[in-house]
Amino acid sequence: MNEIERELRAAAAGLPPAPSLAGLPELAERERLLDLAYARVDSPLGPLTVAATRRGLVRIAYYGARGRDAVLEELARRVSPRMLEAPARLDEVRRELDEYFEGKRERFELPIDWTLTRGFSRQVLKATARIGFGSTGTYASVAAGAGSPRAVRAAGNALGANPLPVVVPCHRVLRTGGAIGGYTGGRERKEFLLRLEGVLS
Amino acid sequence: MQLPPFQALVDRHREDVYRYLVVVAGPAEAEDAFQETWIAALRAYPRLERADNLRAWLLRIAHNKAMDAHRARARRPLPVGEPPEASTAAVRDGAPELLQSVRTLPPKQRTAVFCRSLLGMPYAELALLLDCSQDAARRSVHEGLKRLREEVQR
Repeated sequence: MNEIERELRAAAAGLPPAPSLAGLPELAERERLLDLAYARVDSPLGPLTVAATRRGLVRIAYYGARGRDAVLEELARRVSPRMLEAPARLDEVRRELDEYFEGKRERFELPIDWTLTRGFSRQVLKATARIGFGSTGTYASVAAGAGSPRAVRAAGNALGANPLPVVVPCHRVLRTGGAIGGYTGGRERKEFLLRLEGVLS
Repeated sequence: MQLPPFQALVDRHREDVYRYLVVVAGPAEAEDAFQETWIAALRAYPRLERADNLRAWLLRIAHNKAMDAHRARARRPLPVGEPPEASTAAVRDGAPELLQSVRTLPPKQRTAVFCRSLLGMPYAELALLLDCSQDAARRSVHEGLKRLREEVQR
């Protein structure tokens, strides 16, 4: 019996590799089966994972200590497991990010899906999204913008859990008094973004 | 229960699914059924109740799609002008001869031989895929390999 199994394995080893599935996202989308498309976008801050639903951009993540797979697993759990790597579906996002990092874009126009945010956190992030390019706010000012001027610490937590860094510009929120404060992607990235926008020299 | 991102299933199992289709149904049917398998899986995915044995689940879908492709081809008339000898399975079929012989086995034995001999699938998983007991799965593998050996020696 071993002989025949060996021959089977040898024969199967000569089979051609599976054909490309590059057309799968488009086909899935046509049948409304693709809930989440994601891709890698390279940036001066390192590679980013970007993900979008039919409604808009839902997640941007640095390749950090948690790794890309952890980000994707979280999206499967919190948004939908029907997700495929589909770079073409994120061309628009890539274009706007590229322009921003090249200094050619001061505001993002792509639609945003706020699914990953809730309640007060969502209000804090929406207040943050109103801070313009080259301007800054404080934890106290975004807490006030979200309707609870005293919830400064909660505002800090909401910014720390920002699912859309760069596009929702939590890097523009500094400590009262001007200290840089923390950042999801690390302090160096925050400083880079503030320099890009001319806030730091 | 936590389902992994669907793309992870594609990355992990695409080669196994494709080889399964080629060996069990033939290269032409595999061509038709491969993408269909993934679309059908994506459609059913959120309703899946357990995340273990995803491979067996995918191969079962592949099996159904291969049967669909087979039926569709059987119904399709031969293109006009095609020389009759080119339409025989042996000629249009690029798979190695031994793998073609697998297709002469009864369907259950085909699946059993492929999964056991080429994927090294545990009997528990194979039993789930074939919807039978582990003993019956073991017998299908044994019978299939025996018939295949007889076929080759003939």
